[in-house]
Amino acid sequence: MSETKIKTEGFRIMFLLRRVAVTPLSHWRQMRLAPQGVHLSTGTGRAHSHDPSLIDPEGDPRVRSAHREMTEKGGTRPLYLDAQSTTPLDPRVLDQMLPYLTSYYGNPHSRTHAYGWESEEAMEDARKEVADLIGADPKEIIFTSGATESNNISVKGVARFYKSKKNHVITTQTEHKCVLDSCRQLENEGFTVFFHTDAAQAVGKIPMDVNRMNIDLMSISGHKLYGPKGVGALYVRRRPRVRVEPIQSGGGQERGLRSGTVPTPLAVGLGAACKLSGQEMDYDTQHITRLGNKLVNTVTSSLPHVIFNGDPEHTYPGCVNLSFAYVEGESLLMALKDVALSSGSACTSASLEPSYVLRAIGADEDLAHSSIRFGIGRFTTDEEVDYTIERIISEVSRLREMSPLWEMFQDGIDIKSIQWTQH
Amino acid sequence: MSLLPTLTRLSLRSASMGRLATVPVAQYHEKVIDHYENPRNVGKMDGKSPNVGTGLVGAPACGDVMKLQIQVDEDGQIVDAKFKTFGCGSAIASSSLATEWIKGKNLDQAGQIKNSEIAKELSLPPVKLHCSMLAEDAIRAALKDYKTKREAMTKAN
Repeated sequence: MSETKIKTEGFRIMFLLRRVAVTPLSHWRQMRLAPQGVHLSTGTGRAHSHDPSLIDPEGDPRVRSAHREMTEKGGTRPLYLDAQSTTPLDPRVLDQMLPYLTSYYGNPHSRTHAYGWESEEAMEDARKEVADLIGADPKEIIFTSGATESNNISVKGVARFYKSKKNHVITTQTEHKCVLDSCRQLENEGFTVFFHTDAAQAVGKIPMDVNRMNIDLMSISGHKLYGPKGVGALYVRRRPRVRVEPIQSGGGQERGLRSGTVPTPLAVGLGAACKLSGQEMDYDTQHITRLGNKLVNTVTSSLPHVIFNGDPEHTYPGCVNLSFAYVEGESLLMALKDVALSSGSACTSASLEPSYVLRAIGADEDLAHSSIRFGIGRFTTDEEVDYTIERIISEVSRLREMSPLWEMFQDGIDIKSIQWTQH
Repeated sequence: MSLLPTLTRLSLRSASMGRLATVPVAQYHEKVIDHYENPRNVGKMDGKSPNVGTGLVGAPACGDVMKLQIQVDEDGQIVDAKFKTFGCGSAIASSSLATEWIKGKNLDQAGQIKNSEIAKELSLPPVKLHCSMLAEDAIRAALKDYKTKREAMTKAN
């Protein structure tokens, strides 16, 4: 063989080996999962992320500082309790994705060679995995860059297509900004209303069936169910047919509804995440319900004047939203700086307004300012919840001692009767 | 070319860029956190006392309420100041700093404290400047309350 050919062959063999090598042990440890069938053939034998020789001294200073934080202070990264904003990537999903990032890098729309064919096969397998989770046909799933894009396509695409026959769009006040803003834009185009469901937070967590629930369009977000960020899907019903005007023009991929090369590794990730969620939904629900109930019951029984936002019967146990009267949410977040949480809706974190979602479900304005959202997920542990509970109880008590409203309440003054000076 | 360091770097990078809170700044400034972790001047004074001025500003619906109290001696010097705040970390720090600064000043000097000085000292980002403004308002309100009390007393005499 010529030198070039040997080099090429060597390169490919290296990649073939890496196909099996996959996720570093450190990631598995971090996820507190037992590594399953992982063979580290990199030959370094150094799988621990705390190994200083693995950190490039010339590299990104933020990485170096995070590494220092982890090793010197004995691991001071906050506990993660913000599952609604995003979820960690399940290592098993990463396992499935990796080969498509390293070796099987073909464009799934290339029809003329093996790289394209193998990539397309992976994409279609992933499509089936997504469809199976929600009781749909794979032909009804199109890949997008996330639920925001899916929502945009659904709301604007459907409305514009049916413009001549109907121009009614219905939405609810508690929708995500992308849905509300899309509707607002349609309002400017002369529409009034339609019906759509953004299931980004529900898919993979509660059983969903598009036929049983009569859903015509549904948005799915990868990173909300332990999948990768940057990918989502849109379910578009075929019987009876829902027509959509695409918002993105191009090569006509995804049945013309969403042009652009489908990112195979991300699609594979989404598929793997959906498959895992389907398989583990019962166990996850049990785990999350137990932790969620522990959090709510312990906090509400240890602290007075804590309000549970939402319907206690019809609620997702992994999303706990509590208002701590007389204490402001952001100050509580600062006090709980070693736990990653969210106050009100994270989606509007750049504005100073209290959560419009809480206001819509009837919370008092000052209670909306006092709310904290706890997100419990597949990887949340009992220790994390116990620690969080302990910290909440101590910090809320402390902040109440610093609060003029708590003082007034204890003195028997009716806060609602006071004439406040507006700024 | 080893995959391991790249993956480690990737996972650390995504971790170190995580936000600790939903405030529009990457992290709270150390000084702001310090005022919460080592509180000084949190408390209450007897509002009925003739030497005490109380300022109550803000509104619960806005998520910011500050109560600032001053104790003034016969020479018009502020000998003690206490505060209580319902608000974000920056609001707590602003009002705490305000009480620290006005102690030992006379009424006129206290009235000259500007919100910009408070903001600068705490390195408040633009979105939190209103907290320092409220702290300035709280000082003014306490001074005004004290003056009003004194005037009412002198009239009664």
